[in-house]
This record gives sequence, C-alpha cells and structure tokens, in this order.
Amino acid sequence: MGKRMTSLMGWIDARMPVTAKWKLHLSEYYAPKNFNFWYYFGSLAMLVLVNQLLTGIFLTMNYKPDASLAFASVEYIMRDVDFGWLIRYMHSTGASMFFVVVYLHMFRGMMYGSYRKPRELLWLIGMMIFFVLMMLAFTGYILPWGQMSYWGAQVILSMVGSIPVIGEPLKDLIMGDYMLSDAALNRFFAYHVVTLPILLLTLVVVHVLALHEVGSNNPDGIEIKKNKDPETGIPVDGIPFHPYYSVKDIVGVVGFLIVFFGIIFFAPEMGGYFLEYNNFVPANSLQTPDHIAPVWYFTPYYSMLRAATVNFLWIDAKLWGIILMCGSVAIFCLLPWLDRSPVKSIRYKGSYFKTALTLFVISVFVLGWLGTKTPTPLYTTLAQIFTVVYFAFFLLMPWYSKIDKTKPEPTRVST
Amino acid sequence: MELRGLHNMADTENKNGTNGRRRFLVAATSVAGGIACVAWATPFVMSMMPSERAKAAGAPVEVDISKLEPGMLLAVEWRGKVVWVLKRTPDMLASLAKLEAQLADPKSEREMQPKYAQNTTRSIKPEILITEGVCTHLGCSPIFRRDIAPADLGADWLGGFFCPCHGSKFDLAGRVYKNLPAPTNLIIPPHTYLSESLLLIGADSKEAV
Repeated sequence: MGKRMTSLMGWIDARMPVTAKWKLHLSEYYAPKNFNFWYYFGSLAMLVLVNQLLTGIFLTMNYKPDASLAFASVEYIMRDVDFGWLIRYMHSTGASMFFVVVYLHMFRGMMYGSYRKPRELLWLIGMMIFFVLMMLAFTGYILPWGQMSYWGAQVILSMVGSIPVIGEPLKDLIMGDYMLSDAALNRFFAYHVVTLPILLLTLVVVHVLALHEVGSNNPDGIEIKKNKDPETGIPVDGIPFHPYYSVKDIVGVVGFLIVFFGIIFFAPEMGGYFLEYNNFVPANSLQTPDHIAPVWYFTPYYSMLRAATVNFLWIDAKLWGIILMCGSVAIFCLLPWLDRSPVKSIRYKGSYFKTALTLFVISVFVLGWLGTKTPTPLYTTLAQIFTVVYFAFFLLMPWYSKIDKTKPEPTRVST
Repeated sequence: MELRGLHNMADTENKNGTNGRRRFLVAATSVAGGIACVAWATPFVMSMMPSERAKAAGAPVEVDISKLEPGMLLAVEWRGKVVWVLKRTPDMLASLAKLEAQLADPKSEREMQPKYAQNTTRSIKPEILITEGVCTHLGCSPIFRRDIAPADLGADWLGGFFCPCHGSKFDLAGRVYKNLPAPTNLIIPPHTYLSESLLLIGADSKEAV
C-alpha cells in the first residue's frame, strides 16, 4: 500500500470505519481452525443468492407478469433473447441449488449442534431465512404461469382458505380475486422481485452479524473462545477468516460452479425434478394435470400434507394435513430447546442420537420420494409411517438426547 | 377529557417530579402514532382486496345440454371454476346405492349443495349431475374415471372422480369416500333448467328463491 493510499484510507477511516469493519468481520474474525467440507455451504448459499439476484434482474427485463403474456414471455426469453436460455437456466437451477446448499447447511448445524447455546438466535434467524426462501421459491414458481405454476399455487392458496374463520377473507386478500387469476400473478411478481428479496438480504446480513457476535461453531462443538491466548486475547484454536477461509471457500466455489454449470448445460430440467414437464403447458384453470407434485425441495412436506387421512379430535383430516405440513417445517425452530445432550457435536454424542439422525434423514428422503408419486394406499401408509418417524426425531429428542451415552468433549479442537 | 387528564398529570408532577407527566405524554403519543399507522396501512391493505372489476365478474352461464350423450361429461367455466355436467347412465345411477357404506356423507347432510339437490342423486334430474369440478381438499380438479375396477383404483371402484393431487375419491354423485384427505362432498353450484335442454349455472330458479 503506497503512502497516498494509506493517507486515503486514513481519511476514510476518520469518517467511516471501513478498516475497522474489515478487520472485525474478515481479517481479524477468528474462526475455528478445524472447519471441514460441511462448512462450505454458508458461503455457497451467499454465492447462489448473488446469482439469483443478478439473473433475476435480467429476467425481469423480458418477463411480463400478465396471465395472458407470462407463459409466452418465458418462451421468448428461452428462444429469442440472446443468452436468455442461459440466464433463465441459471435462475431456475439456482433455485434448486439454493435449497441443496441450504439443506446441507442446516444438516451441518444438526450434526455439530450449531443451534445450541449461545447460537439459538442465530439458528432462529437462519430459520426465518429458510421461510423467506420457501416463499421466494413458491412465488417464483408461479411466474411462468404453466400448469404446475397454476395448480401448485391453487393447492397452497386453498390451504390458506381452510384456516378456520379468517381463512377465506385472507385468501381473497392474498389473491386479489375470488379465484387464482391475473391479479394473483401480478402481485406475486411484486413479492418475488421486490418484497421478499429485500427481506432475504436483510435477514442474511442479520444472520452474519449474529454469527460474528457469538463466533462460528465447529465439528467438535466446543467453544474456541474459552481458550484464548492470554497475551493477544485471540482464541488459540482460531484462525483469521481472511485469508484462510476466504481462500478455502474459493475452492468450494470452483467445485460448486463445476456442478452448477454441469447441470445448466447438460440437465437443466434434471429429469423433471428442477423444472417439471407439466409446466411446459400453459395454465388451464379447467384441468388439473394427471400427475401433480411440487418441485423436489417441497416434496417431503407435501407427503406429510397428504398423509393425514383420518379425522382426529375435533380437527378434520384436511386441517391436520396442513398442521403437519407447517409443523414439519416450523419444528426446526425448537431444536435448540429439544436437545438436552451435554455435548454438541455428533462426534461425542452416543448411538441414540446417531440412530435418530439416520432415521430422520431416511424419512426425509422417503417422504421426498413419495411426494413425487401419485398416491396409492401403500404409498399413503408409507407416508404415514415416515411422518411419525420424522416427528419422533424432534419430539423424542429431549428424552433420547438426555439418556444417550456421550463421550467427553476435548478441550482443544482436533485437527 | 384530554385537557383534564393533562391537568391531573400536572398536579401529580409536584409529588413525583416530571416522570408521571412524561410517561403520560409518551403513552399518548404512542397511541396516536398507532392509530396513524393503522390509518396509513388501510388503503394499502384495501388495495389488495378483490377489485370492483373482480367483484362484478361472475354472472351465471347458460349451457346447452341437448347434445350430451349418456356417460358424457361436459366441463364449463363459471366464476373461473370448472363445473361439470355429467349425464349418468342407468348403470352409473345404480352404482350410487352400492357405495353408501364407503362414503363419508352418503346422505349429503352437510350443506355442500342447494336444498333441491339434497337427494340420493344430488341433482334436480336424476341422470344429470351438475357439480363443481373442484376437490374440496385443496382445490385441484379431480379426474373423471368412469372405468370400472382399474388397476390403480382397486377392484371395487365403480366409476367416479379421482383427485390426482392428494388421492381423494368421489363417487358419480360427487360424494366423498371415507378416510381420504377431502373432508366433504363436491360442491353443487346453484343451477336451474331454463328449458328441457338449456341449463343455467350460477342461479336458482325463481320458485326456489
């Protein structure tokens, strides 16, 4: 840095603490030195966020949020706009990859107990990001106004309508009409490109600020701040985020982009999982496609929605389905208080937790697979069984995490 | 009232210093600000309700059923929803009675239909079924499956409607099967016959009104 540059930075720092913030959040933010593969997905989520924002802006330049024009405008982007296909596939593949990295990021948290004290609030902010992301995915999927856009929205909005008492007026308020029509498409466009992205960006900033307050967890689940160098006050097991982890994350970015563009160039529809075949048919309000299923990232919850077939207590099966579906997402918020284990990381937890987590992952995959299938009595029974397994992971956690045989945590992180 | 309130506050000020008065002013300002927020939000929320144009849409539709063959299903649009007109064959009508044990509401006791359709066939004319083709679960449009005992629906399927979204089943009078996600029978919209072959969907007959 030249003398002139130094004096320029001095001038700026006297007016706005750029250097201090750079140090606080990057060059002197001390992260545990034992991060592994699972720690790529936070920064990758941010990369996908940037990708969605950039490609999204360019898509709005040619997309038309009008029920009579929307479908054709997407086809126009795909066929006639130079590189329109690339920008749109980057956006649609980005949506699925957003969920891939966020699910892996959440799974990391579950393995290493990253939701435990003092990171409860960090976890809750993360859950809010997840909710906003689901709303973004939902509103975005409506925009091409294909058959799946239309009927997917129809199902979700009918759910709003079945909330007791306030449901119907609330549904009218959301749709701006008594049926799913142009009015709904137009306002979902507004949510998708303005309201929700602003909300998401704000929450991401809050998430990172909260992280930098409590510090990152690590695969050993021990607090590096408990062991600081008496002279410098720096955690002995910590290394500065920049350059150590910024460089590590670039490796992750390169690996991710290879996969990402591999999908975009060779399998952008991913066999109907990323872009569903029925969505290449324009919306028709008179005919539901023979086979409807949500995009893959929603299928586990969708399975639980239709697993409820029996009226129970004073609540009918329909409302139970909705309760199960919303509950299956919301219940993640309770994790910090459900886990009573004396240790955080799976490395020191016992066989009960490991078995429970394995069963949970299996149930998510089975429910996800069932959600793509047409329901039959056998599939419905399977969905019911795995819905129970899914919820048991959470609801029995206070019990099995407490009696589990844990190993003692080390005092220093293992390398 | 307001002034007297302030006056009382001023009196207590002598005993408690300025805190009581300050607390009152903060509370009063907060309440006024809260009212202003509600007033400010009102036009925005109201703008999201269905517009005047949306409210005006939804007139009844006329349907000519003279060319409808027995066993044929006609789909028409009314208020943006699909309404089916199904001319049932004698076999189809006979199937209705056989299914009653499997249905959630075989006698149509829940009010999912106008009074004049609350009968065994859920229709004015026994052979003609008029029903909304909208699943009472989450609003998908079920598929008309007139084939008897197909592989995917089981050997005891006598024809009816199958919802592809969540697997609910309805018989040929739109009555829902037990223990499936849909809670009620299909909705029968108000309808009337203007003549032998001309049907009006969306309005009751003058006598019924």
